[in-house]
Amino acid sequence: MSEAMHVHPEVITTHDVHHNEHHVHHHNETFISKYIFSQDHKTIAKQFLITGIIWAIIGGLFSVLFRLQLGYPDTNFPILETVFGHWAKGGRIAPEFYYALVTMHGTVLVFFVLTAGLSGTFANLLIPLQIGARDMASPFLNMLSYWFFFLASVVMMSSMFIQTGPAAGGWTSYPPLSALGAASIGSKLGMDLWITSMALFVVSSLLGGLNYISTILNLRTKGMGMTRLPLPIWAMFFTAVLGVLSFPVLLSGFILLLFDRNLGTSFYLSDIYVNGQLLPNEGGSAILFQHLFWFLGHPEVYIILLPAMGMVSEILSVNSRKPIFGYMAMLGSLFAITILAFLVWAHHMFVTGLNPFLGSIFVLLTLLIAVPSAIKVFNWLTTLWRGNIRFTPATLFAIGFVSLFISGGLTGIFLGNSTIDIHLHDTMFVVAHFHIVMGVASFFGMFAGVYHWFPKMFGRYMNNTLGYIHFWVTMIGSYLIFWPMHYEGLAGMPRRYLDKSSWVSFSQFGELDKMITVVSIIVFAVQLMFVFNFFYSIYKGRKVRTQNPWGANTLEWTTPIRPGHGNWDGEIPEVHRWPYDYAKDGREFIPQNEPVGPDESKH
Amino acid sequence: MQTVTLEQNRKMHPHKFTLWVAIGSIVMMFAGLTSAFIVKSNQASWRPVVMPKIFWVSTVVLLVSSLVIQLALRSFKQRKMQQYRLLIGMTLLLGAAFIYLQWLGFSELWAQHITLRGSGAAQFLYVIFGLHGIHVAGGVIALLVMFIKAFTGNVKQYGSTSIEVAATYWHFVDLLWIYIMVFFLVIGS
Repeated sequence: MSEAMHVHPEVITTHDVHHNEHHVHHHNETFISKYIFSQDHKTIAKQFLITGIIWAIIGGLFSVLFRLQLGYPDTNFPILETVFGHWAKGGRIAPEFYYALVTMHGTVLVFFVLTAGLSGTFANLLIPLQIGARDMASPFLNMLSYWFFFLASVVMMSSMFIQTGPAAGGWTSYPPLSALGAASIGSKLGMDLWITSMALFVVSSLLGGLNYISTILNLRTKGMGMTRLPLPIWAMFFTAVLGVLSFPVLLSGFILLLFDRNLGTSFYLSDIYVNGQLLPNEGGSAILFQHLFWFLGHPEVYIILLPAMGMVSEILSVNSRKPIFGYMAMLGSLFAITILAFLVWAHHMFVTGLNPFLGSIFVLLTLLIAVPSAIKVFNWLTTLWRGNIRFTPATLFAIGFVSLFISGGLTGIFLGNSTIDIHLHDTMFVVAHFHIVMGVASFFGMFAGVYHWFPKMFGRYMNNTLGYIHFWVTMIGSYLIFWPMHYEGLAGMPRRYLDKSSWVSFSQFGELDKMITVVSIIVFAVQLMFVFNFFYSIYKGRKVRTQNPWGANTLEWTTPIRPGHGNWDGEIPEVHRWPYDYAKDGREFIPQNEPVGPDESKH
Repeated sequence: MQTVTLEQNRKMHPHKFTLWVAIGSIVMMFAGLTSAFIVKSNQASWRPVVMPKIFWVSTVVLLVSSLVIQLALRSFKQRKMQQYRLLIGMTLLLGAAFIYLQWLGFSELWAQHITLRGSGAAQFLYVIFGLHGIHVAGGVIALLVMFIKAFTGNVKQYGSTSIEVAATYWHFVDLLWIYIMVFFLVIGS
């Protein structure tokens, strides 16, 4: 390893900047091989991110549309008819359209944005850069992973333009509704396209996950022991393990569903009347699908959350200029969450007639998750405690993540109790809980990651002022949107209903629902501002002029400002220490590739 | 792009490792299906299935092919290329024969009016055997590519990794088949 690799803050020289122009790894790259069918993990990360952003705009817009319906059930919006035609006749959202919007909002945000867009982006970007590898274990499979996602996106998108509309059975697509085309128009061709798209998505996730696992375990640079890995890498590792073990089970559930829909089997169907007609299917069990679905569905929550947790740990440590508090405890809690994630799926099924004794075991296991979660929260707070905090947009979003994770996590304790769940099941309380703890919190982790690693991705900074506006409006807005839903849910207001105004007990929340709708429109507009900031900064943002702008220890900041395919111009740096030597021995930070000095204290 | 540097050679090759993780993933899929089978078999109106005898033949074919690919790997490592080509071709044929035999088994069931109507062991048999067949077919395609490469490769290939990966996968689909067979014999009937 050359001396130039040592990055002391005081010896950063301008010659680093010139790396922009010439990379070592020139293989005659054409436009197509460099930007389209690229096998470079950094380009694939950007492809995932930008596709994810497009989906997030679509999914977010859908939520604004159905919030219009929920906030203003008696008002006509003629513009809706102009845009959506017979789906919004007279400016009122049709019931079928409403349920399609809810379904697509869930599917798109859970899978396409917070799974592919989040771990697809940051696992691809960070794993090779932070472990010191030139690329993934199999760059080709990695490229395939993106293109399967793209194909899944195309199929899902096309389902929105067919005559019967996209799937409308909720993102969980429970049979019998999802299995019977005769039952609703949202269960016709849209449902087949939904299942096809999801199957392609599963393939994409598996290819990605396989690569992440074998890259982390096999391609670490010299000296990078497993306990010297930065926490985002550990989080991505457990995320990939969860995905690789649970997505195939979901796929088997979908395969049986496809057979039921199109080939006349009765795995999930039994004794059903549709429009007064008795169907021939018998002997099936709809609950079977729920078991197969939630065996993925619950780990999926952590597939979404863990990458955010890992990135937040890193960003908080870097920006409070302090070592992460309790590195091993962070690892242990990630591990515990991963194990428990597989053992709690039936808490989604407390009201399906589950044996109460079995239910009590799932309650115990569910509430056990509070322990590793509390450890993590404690460690984030103690990392911040008395830190020399730099309040960059990334830091703010990371702190916001911790706040949301606490608020949303506490309501999980309500829902995890099978007795309380009988009252709260399928109410707005559930909507509030999972949006705060999983949806918005993971989005905050993702925003934190984008702001923090944008300089590495594009060699420029994002605009800070817009970043601060983005943070504060989103933070306050999220609480304004989801906090009141807890009260609605406690009062018994069901989720998924089109119009609740005819019940007095729910119409009392009419004004509250209007407020929620208005705030969600504002928050959505601010996200568009973020998107503007993102694309504007790619081309016009302030240029990064130092190799290590955040003064961070991890290896991605030892690469050139705009790294080529292969990441390091010379040899891959060797690692001599853990990644969190901040404020140690009178030095602000000591990068991982710096050898341990003779009179250095132990960490 | 050379992603494997010299220091990493003492560890397992990443492609092999990736295969093992993929095997874990495929196991989960079949575990999901067979546990669905167990759940359903305890419910009313469950119908067991009598497996056609032909599946015993396909079992033998797949077992033999597993042995043959192991011999192919050995002859590749001993640089006996002529023998390697012959053996890999034989594996390919046996794999294709297996798929054909599975098809015959399905047809035999179908002829007994056991179709996809219903939700008993037979319907699971179509799904589970079918998915296993698709995994074997994937292996056959990989073998076909290797077979063609064994004749046309301009560059002399000395690394045995890709053949080892293929052999491991092939043994895996073999073992998976035995699991499925035993499962249907014990619980299905």
